[in-house]
This record gives sequence, C-alpha cells and structure tokens, in this order.
Amino acid sequence: MAKGKSRTSQEVNAGSMADIAFLLLIFFLVTTTIASDKGIQNLLPPKQDPNVPPPDIKLNERNIFNILVNANDQLLVEGEYIENTELLSEDIKDFLLNFGAPDEDAVALFNGLPQSLKARANRDPKSSDHPMSGGAVVSIKTNRGTSYEKYLEVLDQVKRAYFEIYAERVGLTSDQYRALTGKNPAEKALIDKGKEGIPLAISIAEPDKIGGN
Amino acid sequence: MAKFKKKTKTSENIPTSALPDIIFMLLFFFMVTTVLREQDILVEQKLPQATQLQKLEKKTLISYLFVGKPKNANLYGTEPRVQANDVLINTKDIILWVNQEKDKLSEAERDQITISMKADRDVKMGPISDIQFELREADARKLLYASTGKVQN
Repeated sequence: MAKGKSRTSQEVNAGSMADIAFLLLIFFLVTTTIASDKGIQNLLPPKQDPNVPPPDIKLNERNIFNILVNANDQLLVEGEYIENTELLSEDIKDFLLNFGAPDEDAVALFNGLPQSLKARANRDPKSSDHPMSGGAVVSIKTNRGTSYEKYLEVLDQVKRAYFEIYAERVGLTSDQYRALTGKNPAEKALIDKGKEGIPLAISIAEPDKIGGN
Repeated sequence: MAKFKKKTKTSENIPTSALPDIIFMLLFFFMVTTVLREQDILVEQKLPQATQLQKLEKKTLISYLFVGKPKNANLYGTEPRVQANDVLINTKDIILWVNQEKDKLSEAERDQITISMKADRDVKMGPISDIQFELREADARKLLYASTGKVQN
C-alpha cells in the first residue's frame, strides 16, 4: 500500500506557489503607502489673551535677522534683495555667531564652542550681540499671497543654520543630529548639549494682507 | 544542429522550488511596512520639498490635517480647503476638531498632541496662517509641516 503511493509522486508541485505569492505581493505593492511622518517641526507661540496686551519686548534692531518674503515669492533679507536661498543658511550662521556685545554668560558660551564656530564670530557691532535668549532672533515675515512652498524653503534654511551649529557643537553631521530621537539618555544628552545656550529663536510674524485673500 | 542538441541535453529545467520563498520574503516585507489607507484624500497633495526633515516618534500623538485645492472642483470649488478625517471642514471648525482629537488621547498625553499639516505646495500663506491661528487658539502648538526629502546642495 504505502510503497505504491510513494512511487506515484514524491514532490509536491510548488511551481504555482510563486504565482499565488506574486498575486499577494502585487496587491500589497499597490495598496502600500509607506508611512512618512517626516517634516519640519515648528512650535507655535501660545495663544494671546485678548485682555492682556502682548508683551512689549525690547529688542535691538541689530539682534533681529529680518527675512521678508513678498507675494511674488521674492526675498528681502536684512534689507537686501536676494535671488535664491542657497547662501541664506550661511548668512544666518554668521549672524547668530557674531558675538557683537556678549555679556558674561555669552563669553562663557563662546569659549565652549568648537574652533570652527568660533571662527565665525566677526564681532560686528551692527550684527547680533549673542545667540542666547534675549539675543539673536531670526524673523520670517510673509504676505498672505506668499506660496507655502517658498515659506517652507526659507524656514528650512533657517532650521538648517541652527541644526548645523548644534551638530557642530557635538561633533556630528547635521543629518546625524536631526536623526537623534532622545529616546535613550545618551542621545538626549547629545541633543541638549547641542542646544545648550542657543535656543531656536525663529519668529514667524503674522502675514500681512497683501496679495492674498 | 547536432551541436545544439547536445547542449540541450545537459539540464532542461531550472529548479524553481526556492522561488516562492523569495517572493514570500518580499511579500512579508511589504505586509509589514504597509499602512492601509484609512481615508480618501479629497484635496490635492503635492507635498513641498525640504532638507531639514525630522521624524516623529510617537505615531499615536499625531493627527493629520490635509490642506489643498479640492480634487472635486465642481462640488467644493477651487479655493484651498482643509480636510480633517474624512470631510472638508471650515477653518473655524479646527478648534472643535482638535478637541475631538485630544479626547481620543489619554489624559497625560493631551498636551503633547502634534498636528501634521500636509499642505499642498501651491497653497498660499493666507490659509496656512489662518489654520495656525486656530491651532494656537486650540492650544495644539506642536506642528509638523509634512514634506518630502530633497538632496542637499
């Protein structure tokens, strides 16, 4: 009995398995959207209480890096018209690390910076005092007609300037620094060390009413 | 002709028994990475490009807002609209929506809610800033401008 059966066919024909698997594969290929929760993070300012007037913060003009984007997506950076955003992040880094009039804390911060960042300090009295809180701020102002794409491009460059400074301080590349998640203490320490004393000071002004709806 | 015949004798069929295994491996990869789309997107979505991308870790804290021109222009017009969940909403309804999304989270995580704004690149800043204003009012201040990667120059 057993012998007779085993003689007829010992192998299962597995050739069509591939076809079945292919069908399933194609189904999943088509329905897949590989989740991409990537983007540029932004923290909005807290809401304004209508009864409390907005705090009157005195900032010197030299401490503000003004970026204006108009409804035609043209850029005015520190009063000068520029064609594209390629060199913007370098300008911002120079501005942030200017150390024009540092106080004691800022001097201590400056001494803790790596050599490559120290070299950026031009000590120009017309540029920012120091990058600590109460110091340099990057301001982005748009019109209502400015395209979202251009706004994000500018914000991207500002973020890039900050991340490159942070990464430089901890000896990583900017990509590595941004990939830090802060899940374990070692990564969190790196993130904090990069940011220490140089807060992300990006001010996004309310757009004015030109060219929009 | 004789030469050809000799060659064909050697081995005629390729062993295909390992093929299903390979395909299955691919299949499992896609099954694991797949997130089945839960909702139809009613607005156009061409995400802008950026270089300084960061990934969000906790997926449960993310709520999505889609902003763009409606795909069905006859029904909804050509002005950019906001889509939350399955429906197009007005800008002033965002506060209500945020509160609903917050209710889904546990008490401790409510203030950590992150809004991932998937806005089309052709949208103007006007609608975007209106949305941001509403989000500030709703106290959902963590915002992610969803964008795709670009090679850094």
